[in-house]
Amino acid sequence: MAGKQLLMTFPVTATSHTLADYRARGGYATLAKALAGMQPEDITKEVTAAGLLGHGGAAFSAGRKWSVVHLNDGQPHYLCANADEGEPGTFKDRWILEHAPHLLLESMLITSYALQARNAFIYIRGEFDLPYRRLAAAIEEAYEAGYFGERILGSDFACDVVAYRGAGSYVCGEASGLLSSLEGKRGYPRNRPPRLTVQGLYKKPTVVNNVETLSNVAGIVANGAAWYKSFGTAKCPGTQLVSISGHIAKPGVYEVEYGYPLTRFLFEDCGGMAGGRKLKALIPGGISTKVLMGPEVEGVTFDHQSLTAAGSSVGSGGMVAIGEGTCMVRLLQVMLRFYHHESCGQCTPCREGTGWMHRIIDRIVAGEGRPEDLDRLLAISRWNDGTTICGMGDAAGYATIGILAKFRDEFEYWIEHKRSREEGRLEMAIHA
Amino acid sequence: MKHLIPEFEKLKARFPAGFESSLVLPCVRRIQEDRGFVADSDIDGLVEYLGVPRIQIEEVLSYYTQFRRKPIGRWHVQTCRNVSCSMCGAERIMAHLKDKLAIAPGETTTDGRITFSTVECLGSCGTAPVVMVNDTYHESMSIEKLDALLQKLD
Repeated sequence: MAGKQLLMTFPVTATSHTLADYRARGGYATLAKALAGMQPEDITKEVTAAGLLGHGGAAFSAGRKWSVVHLNDGQPHYLCANADEGEPGTFKDRWILEHAPHLLLESMLITSYALQARNAFIYIRGEFDLPYRRLAAAIEEAYEAGYFGERILGSDFACDVVAYRGAGSYVCGEASGLLSSLEGKRGYPRNRPPRLTVQGLYKKPTVVNNVETLSNVAGIVANGAAWYKSFGTAKCPGTQLVSISGHIAKPGVYEVEYGYPLTRFLFEDCGGMAGGRKLKALIPGGISTKVLMGPEVEGVTFDHQSLTAAGSSVGSGGMVAIGEGTCMVRLLQVMLRFYHHESCGQCTPCREGTGWMHRIIDRIVAGEGRPEDLDRLLAISRWNDGTTICGMGDAAGYATIGILAKFRDEFEYWIEHKRSREEGRLEMAIHA
Repeated sequence: MKHLIPEFEKLKARFPAGFESSLVLPCVRRIQEDRGFVADSDIDGLVEYLGVPRIQIEEVLSYYTQFRRKPIGRWHVQTCRNVSCSMCGAERIMAHLKDKLAIAPGETTTDGRITFSTVECLGSCGTAPVVMVNDTYHESMSIEKLDALLQKLD
């Protein structure tokens, strides 16, 4: 175990996702406590005091986001759980959807009560079929048990939830793109201001939170802010679900307490590198975070402060371990192809920039690279930083800047010799 | 799509009033599930039923990777080619599929059985390489498991 656990506190069995099992673990008692004895503003205060940050990648204070919504303003308020999980390398929200859907639902009910949200939505990426079916089944169970609908648990609180399926678009994981999609349109992100908490879904105050962020709410309301702050570090309370993949021996989803040493996580909890190879590079939190070289992992602890100081970030919790012998040029090519494919096309820097970067890397790989290509990639990355409607433009830049900063020599080699220094290798550990 | 309207009415009741526009995605998904793709007549029917501009539905159909306006093979074999899958053998899986099915990504076998596509990250990186067939994820794929899977696709 990578430190104290908050969410992954029960064994996964054939029935652990069901209402019966969840209730046996104490499920929905916190909803009862909240509805019977707390005011909406008390809940927001507790969540703010706990210091709960977003776990989707932006790490914004959840309580502060909620507090922008004015209670009793006569407008409908909406809560939306972001289950679009599309950042390459990330599959940790899926664990909650498949194994703890009721934890998410109970937390969403408590949050909806705090926000005076009569309607809640869970936006789930279209490809997640099994997670959607688990969620839909859990929603049905919850309705049957009276946790959704009118007069919940005998209170004046009413709430309805809809699980809304996406249909294949990375930028629908961006909060404003998500709401555009939820309105039945293309998932086009929007310029802010106005913030979504002021004008969101159909221009009404809307809170969009990541699945994992929301799933922490039940525990915080049950046990209090001080309890939550007893996990993690003073500056970074709590835990993070981390999904690790790539050339690691034991890929999967782990709950990591903030402050836990990264080398210990990689080489003890995750079994080190597959085949005993050296760690060449580590992507800490999804491909949009800056890569670290193997030796740079030493002394880093898994939390916002330490990873930022190391020149990267916690990101989406999608960790990818890259073994010695991997071609970083081809790896960046995969990433740039991805960003180009996913660009929604609205804004010029991203639409043109990602296309340009993709064409440049393809030319390099085809043996037609030019000496000025690398500085051009960096220039485009800089132009995209802060000039695009959503963070995807920036993300393509960070991935590029990060890899070029640490592995430029491999790119220069390919341009000069018209071939990979690493034989173009991406695959290392393979299944028999 | 008119025979689906009773279902759509039930779906509409789950949303707040004024959310007709939101029904576009779930209705399109259901139509496609039913017909295999979304026909022009389906667009006409949906415009009439939901009261949304035709252009909205056209935009949705041309934007989301999972929606299609033409039929495909009975089995949609989609291989992820993003970072972790590539690092764990996706390229060999794709090469094997190209070889065995004698089609390139984006194409359908002449007997109409299989359409082969490459897709971006499916959120299953820990069990890479992953192949999605219709709605189902097939994880930790190998050449052998792929051959066994293809045999079962009639």
